[in-house]
Amino acid sequence: DTTRESPSSEWWRGDMALRRLLQGIVLPRTTGRHVGASFSTEAGETIRATLFPGDGIGPEIAESVKQVFNVAGVPIEWEEHYVGTEVDPRTESFLTWESLESVRRNKVGLKGPMATPIGKGHRSLNLTLRKELGLYANVRPCNSLPGYKTRYDDVNLVTIRENTEGEYSGLEHQVVRGVVESLKIITRQASLRVAEYAFHYAKANGRERVSAIHKANIMRKTDGLFLKCCREVAEKYPEITYEEVIIDNCCMTLVKNPGTFDVLVMPNLYGDIISDLCAGLIGGLGLTPSCNIGEGGICLAEAVHGSAPDISGKNLANPTALMLSAVMMLRHLQFNDQADRIHNAILQTIAEGKYRTADLGGKSSTSDYTKAVCDHI
Amino acid sequence: MGFSSSLPQLVWDTKGLVVVVLVLVSHGTVLFLQVVRGVVESLKIITRQASLRVAEYAFHYAKANGRERVSAIHKANIMRKTDGLFLKCCREVAEKYPEITYEEVIIDNCCMTLVKNPGTFDVLVMPNLYGDIISDLCAGLIGGLGLTPSCNIGEGGICLAEAVHGSAPDISGKNLANPTALMLSAVMMLRHLQFNDQADRIHNAILQTIAEGKYRTADLGGKSSTSDYTKAVCDHI
Repeated sequence: DTTRESPSSEWWRGDMALRRLLQGIVLPRTTGRHVGASFSTEAGETIRATLFPGDGIGPEIAESVKQVFNVAGVPIEWEEHYVGTEVDPRTESFLTWESLESVRRNKVGLKGPMATPIGKGHRSLNLTLRKELGLYANVRPCNSLPGYKTRYDDVNLVTIRENTEGEYSGLEHQVVRGVVESLKIITRQASLRVAEYAFHYAKANGRERVSAIHKANIMRKTDGLFLKCCREVAEKYPEITYEEVIIDNCCMTLVKNPGTFDVLVMPNLYGDIISDLCAGLIGGLGLTPSCNIGEGGICLAEAVHGSAPDISGKNLANPTALMLSAVMMLRHLQFNDQADRIHNAILQTIAEGKYRTADLGGKSSTSDYTKAVCDHI
Repeated sequence: MGFSSSLPQLVWDTKGLVVVVLVLVSHGTVLFLQVVRGVVESLKIITRQASLRVAEYAFHYAKANGRERVSAIHKANIMRKTDGLFLKCCREVAEKYPEITYEEVIIDNCCMTLVKNPGTFDVLVMPNLYGDIISDLCAGLIGGLGLTPSCNIGEGGICLAEAVHGSAPDISGKNLANPTALMLSAVMMLRHLQFNDQADRIHNAILQTIAEGKYRTADLGGKSSTSDYTKAVCDHI
């Protein structure tokens, strides 16, 4: 970036962007009142859920999930939506307004991998989903899979990442040539919101400890505010142990002794790093479930691996990540019985080792693996 | 050592808003602003000067130590200007070392690869925060801070080697401590001084002592005292 801009104009642009951000924050907004929204259904009533099969291997693995749900008798009716080929001006994205409205209406959805469209003039798909649906927390349970050996056997933790602000606020500017700044923003509102979700999740899922990951010894005000909010929420959950762990110690402990962690709650950047680190501990993104929690109790589960265009359409893809994400969605809907049955079926299939897809070192096709899971239900 | 500039002073005198004042910027310092109650900012500053400097050292180190690859760790897909500037500087330096392979790895992919397959990495060069995280992560991969050497490079060719573990007051004075981290850091200092022969001999002595397993301090699961372990290393030289 060699064009010499006047420092004050750059700063002003950054300042304007900051003012817009603050306007979004300062306006009254409903907090996550529906964090624990209960989807009570009467027998026979189906829940509508949005499905984004996605690109590449997405449609195949989405098909696997549908099959498994059928066998398990899950009362879900899917509304399928696809990424469009033209930018929808209402969303400034390839995702249409109707797709987003579908998730807002159903409050629950499952998303496969989406390839990033090239070009300008539109927002990225993930950014669109995040902003339009108010997705504020990314939740990834990481559990060592019995029968699939990694260096670590005892991983049983959940990472909860604040997903709206922090280092990813997108506010950067050049001060003078050769000096660039990026703003990291932490707000009380967003920190409280993710902390509330973390403790709620811990309680709802029988977890015993919540660890807030930070670097507040250096970033005293930003990470300090995050911690302050976590402490406030912790007081409301005296039965749950709360601790604070510095990010570098956390990483070191994760690679030495990951079994010591339970629920981790973190601001955006640390969450990005730690959640991928933990995915690596259990075998990678192909096995890791994930779900995003949005305002008003929205839950959008998603597979976080790529669309793998090179194996797309060849019946080779591993649907485990999407299946486990779908299980998370079922737990959110409190269909715990079906969730457990499907989850156990997946674990058993992998543990037995007879039907494994290529990425796990096996030879099975997607359909064979899916059938094996169905048989185990 | 810092680069200083002043940014405009912004003062709002509206109720609920707090004065924001920015004065001095020097590289590595983090500034804090409280803009409104409940909203805090922290500034991440990347300068061409500092990025070039550390990139130059990274490639120089790689070449001097026979390393084949330098990987720059970043999140420039999100932090386009700051990490983007860091990468730009790394690329400029990389061009001067065509014999060394240069690559760029996003921080989250890097962590995932480190825990799955750390052997794929060679030299990693990073801005401050990622470096803090990754260096401790890597120390954990090999057994912790008690075994990890470290040295700090300063302007004018200063090299300050250091043990990065704590002072362990509970075992202090009891002849129980593990001197490996400090010994290995001292070896780094010797290599910096190009006393490569002695550095190699001491390094090999340490590796052999640990490998044989006969003399190990308590933190490594052994029963030896500091002096016994040290004597064993000396015997191996």
